[in-house]
Amino acid sequence: MNKKKALTIKALGDSAIMIKLGEGIDPLIHQQVKNLSFLLNEQPFDGFIESVPAYNNLTVYYSPYKVHQSKIGFSVTGTPIEKVIDYMNTLAENISEIPVAGGNLVHIPVLYGGEYGPDLKIVADTHGLSIEEVIAIHTEPEYLVYMIGFAPGFPFLGGLDERIATPRKITPRTAIAPGSVGIAGKQTGVYPLETPGGWQIIGRTPIDLFLPDMSPPSLLQAGDKIKFCPITSEEYEQQKKVNK
Amino acid sequence: MTLNVLNPGLLTTMQDNGRFGSQKYGIIVSGAMDSYSMRIANLLVGNDENEAVLEITLFGTTLQFEEDTLISITGGDLQTTIDGISVPTWRPMIIKKGSILTFGFAIEGCRAYLALAGGIHVPSAIGSKSTYIVAGIGGFKGRPLQQGDRIPLGKPTATNERIFQQTVQFGGISNWAVPYHSLVSLDSTQTIRIIKGTEYDHFDNDSKEALVREAYVVTPQSNRMGSRLEGPSLSLTEKLELLSEGVTFGTVQIPPNGKPIILMADRQTTGGYPKIAQVITADLGSLSQLKPNAKLYFQLVTHTKAEEELLAKEQLINEIRTGIQQKTK
Repeated sequence: MNKKKALTIKALGDSAIMIKLGEGIDPLIHQQVKNLSFLLNEQPFDGFIESVPAYNNLTVYYSPYKVHQSKIGFSVTGTPIEKVIDYMNTLAENISEIPVAGGNLVHIPVLYGGEYGPDLKIVADTHGLSIEEVIAIHTEPEYLVYMIGFAPGFPFLGGLDERIATPRKITPRTAIAPGSVGIAGKQTGVYPLETPGGWQIIGRTPIDLFLPDMSPPSLLQAGDKIKFCPITSEEYEQQKKVNK
Repeated sequence: MTLNVLNPGLLTTMQDNGRFGSQKYGIIVSGAMDSYSMRIANLLVGNDENEAVLEITLFGTTLQFEEDTLISITGGDLQTTIDGISVPTWRPMIIKKGSILTFGFAIEGCRAYLALAGGIHVPSAIGSKSTYIVAGIGGFKGRPLQQGDRIPLGKPTATNERIFQQTVQFGGISNWAVPYHSLVSLDSTQTIRIIKGTEYDHFDNDSKEALVREAYVVTPQSNRMGSRLEGPSLSLTEKLELLSEGVTFGTVQIPPNGKPIILMADRQTTGGYPKIAQVITADLGSLSQLKPNAKLYFQLVTHTKAEEELLAKEQLINEIRTGIQQKTK
């Protein structure tokens, strides 16, 4: 594995770096991102603040002042970014040796269609499928959570079947209800909060993705897998009551 | 101890140094836009420098105090008065029980910071007291202040008490102030220093030149999420397919219309637009003090220079902290 060759580091301003582990959307590259993130959080350097995994890179936020002040933990002297890059390069040498950082399989119940999934028919009609076929295709895969971003708890998922990939709406809705499950091009996802958006909304989940009173405050994290499960409106209401 | 909000003004929110550690869950950082002014405000009253303060935007906030309270006001000059009498800023002072503190219109800068001795007695949400408006958490009930709000203040510490007593000796207003000009600029037109962004090399030469030669104007559509600029449009040499990835405070991104957006304190955690530049941390406070319609020029510096400026400002804050300790012994 030529992982050293693939490790390119860019400065994101004076207080963060972006470490790239490959190109494009690829579960194997993402596993390395996840592993590096895991390793860094297990063995943080002096001045490390936090890291954010994305599809093929990891952004590492730090305090240059604390890195500058640190007397231990860095094997080189130099500017703060030089110290951090050296630390990360050394850490990255161990990526493949650590056990694969795990990911949970999370089941997301979804009430498809009707009032909560107003665009389900549009998706079906676009592809000449029946509503049942769209639901079957959407609930078939285990989707990998590549990253959380855009809104608290919002998962960027890979693995949508091309047969139901559908362009965004030409005019975005001004408000999409929390829990809405949508499709935008080759992406599918769940809205944790009410936001404006142009996704085709095919259903709604009664469970919360953003958990402000919990630690971590998100149901999902990068590296998890999710599977959508169709539920009836009775089951939806039942689950809603449980949440309260 | 309670602070009564008689008039919330345009936008008054509670902010500390920000909500770190949960960006990987999509939780935005928030925090004071001009964190240098916020930190000094806290130090002036003897608080931890990262305690929550009130960030007052442009104009209009009126507050009444139920007890004698040690306060300080830093950041932009919003023509502050106590019971109608103009008061100085960047120093400890005591506002008397029943007195009314009023912020007028910003004559210099855009945002003022009000620190209260003992801090603000609200619970932390996901590790911070900063207001996260979209998620409705943090700050006071997860939202900007409203008329009639009663803000609970924290219990003063021994340090708060000592500065209080010393300020009493000065008749309620300290005769010394922090010289802030090397920390934050309140000028109406500013030169903001940048380093190259992660996609700088993908922009065409005309755009790279225009970025550092022409003036940009902060549009009224700017807010705590982003400063939207008007000025020359910037373009890539060829279309770039970018995936969403991490961004940070001061990231200068270019959406398809070519007009730069600088990401600010309430930015989303990730973004997918090309990043032409990055405002250096040392200039974020000054940038945050630019009012709508203010002009700015970008100046390109090296990464090493950006680090030096950041370290120099931290050194300056250390000196200010030591100075305040000596003044209030």
